Amino acid sequence: MVRTSLREAFGKALLELAKEFENFYVLDADVAGGTFTHWFREKYPERFIQCGIAEQNMMAAAAGLSSLGIIPIVTCYAVFASMRAIEQARNMVAYGNFNVKIVASHVGIDVGPDGATHQAIEDLAIYRAIPNFTVISPCDDIELKAALRWMLKTKGPVYMRTGRSSVPRIHFDDYHFDLGKPDVLINRDSDIVIFTSGITVHRVLNVAKKLERRSINVDVVNIHTFKPVNPSDFYPFLKGRKFVFTVEDHNIIGGLGTLIGEMILENGICAKLIKLGIKDKFGKSGEPEELAGDFGIGEKNIEQTILKLVVNN
Amino acid sequence: MSLEKMIDTLKLTQLAGIIRKNIILSIYYSKSGHVGGSFSCADILTFLYFAELKIPDISDPNRDRFILSKGHSCPALYAVLSEKGFITEKELWKLRHTGALLQGHPEMGIPGIESPSGSLGQGFSFALGVALGAKKLEKEFRVYVLLGDGECNEGEVWEGAMFGAFHRLDNLVAIVDYNKLQSDDFCENITSLEPLAEKWKAFGWNVIEINGHDFKEIAFAFDLAKKIKKRPTCIIAHTIKGKGVSFMENNPEWHGSRAPTEEELKLALEELEK
Repeated sequence: MVRTSLREAFGKALLELAKEFENFYVLDADVAGGTFTHWFREKYPERFIQCGIAEQNMMAAAAGLSSLGIIPIVTCYAVFASMRAIEQARNMVAYGNFNVKIVASHVGIDVGPDGATHQAIEDLAIYRAIPNFTVISPCDDIELKAALRWMLKTKGPVYMRTGRSSVPRIHFDDYHFDLGKPDVLINRDSDIVIFTSGITVHRVLNVAKKLERRSINVDVVNIHTFKPVNPSDFYPFLKGRKFVFTVEDHNIIGGLGTLIGEMILENGICAKLIKLGIKDKFGKSGEPEELAGDFGIGEKNIEQTILKLVVNN
Repeated sequence: MSLEKMIDTLKLTQLAGIIRKNIILSIYYSKSGHVGGSFSCADILTFLYFAELKIPDISDPNRDRFILSKGHSCPALYAVLSEKGFITEKELWKLRHTGALLQGHPEMGIPGIESPSGSLGQGFSFALGVALGAKKLEKEFRVYVLLGDGECNEGEVWEGAMFGAFHRLDNLVAIVDYNKLQSDDFCENITSLEPLAEKWKAFGWNVIEINGHDFKEIAFAFDLAKKIKKRPTCIIAHTIKGKGVSFMENNPEWHGSRAPTEEELKLALEELEK
């Protein structure tokens, strides 16, 4: 099984797409080794723009670059992309509706040892609330590359998460990235549906396999697009379900849980929503898998939560 | 000084007078807006648009670019754009009104506006991006950006100052409208900008200090900037906030807290018409 981190997949995809899209430039804030843009820097130095540890200037300069038809890809850690430089992203990139692509690594408690200051658990909520932004969170290398190709072909501001830990490949080579559409991974019309995104997708799939051995069927839907979404696209995965789970490495406020809650309400569906994610508190230093367990988004947490519910109902 | 330049100076003085009148009228009709800072940069903007920038057409890809980073002074820019014929004069009288073209701070979509601005520091970074992009694409046009003095309190300005010098953006001119007053008080009483010229020099910029109301000095500075290679230029333009109307000059009250009353408008127009 192919395993790669999403940031590494991003670094590779930049090289693979560099010739197909000759007008994109990569902007870095002295974290190329962390975001995996260092390969691109070596191969295409003339298309690599060093901005220094100055994310605010980087973000607004990107808007300026894009005004000339260049596609700037702004890269840094998600904490800085979504908080340090958020006002530039809002007032220049989004308000001006410039063709700037922001790709941020180091998301969620998956960041691990660096601890809470570097673990972005709010980025999706923040970007989702800003007009004009498309917000994407892919779950494997195939989906990341497909999303990157999509955004390079499409005008407008985009925020995309990558990730630090390696994740297994889930999709096939011929995967088609369909913006805004839920990506169904398991569909058996079960009473239980689990929506998940990014780093937690493979964990949910592993849990689904374990539950199957106990004759418990669950449906699994990967959400790669946080905005824009169309509630009617979610209807088939919500109707007739008793339990709707969301699993995410993000604050349960403003992230996937909130998004699915909105979809349930806007479709007028009556279902119980159980949100697994970071429960409105800061992360800690540690190994990502251990932290996942501590914060309630590890495989065991997901499995036990579902089992408890099935047993009690 | 050639006779031709003398005539230009007279014409520019006349134009700046019209622009100041339109600034105060538009702010009077809108019942809000920043008159002091619009007046202090009115001569610089007049010179830029009528003697410096090469803009054969606002959609010409090779046009020179001007970005008003001190976006709150947009009444001055709007008045200039109207005088250039990029927007119609009647739009000026609807400044800040519901449904109007002219927003309280510059917005994309207003003809002649290159960048949103008003959140301080950001237009400067945008201009740096345009200048770097021009280098990458081997374009010949030049980039001009006007900052406020209070704006230089923003950390982003100094991030940008490092970026501009590092990337050797000699196609960019930053002008600081140094009228010595910011929103609440004199700059010296806020966090003090001095020594401002030395700060820009220390960041690796070519620095020129001028009287920002003297067209000859403005012309000299822009000409000199073109001759400097491998370094961006910062023109520190010493100006007077509220310049042109005696009771507004150097008076913090006229930063942006209120529009003139009918009586004040009358007095101001009388002075501007002298």
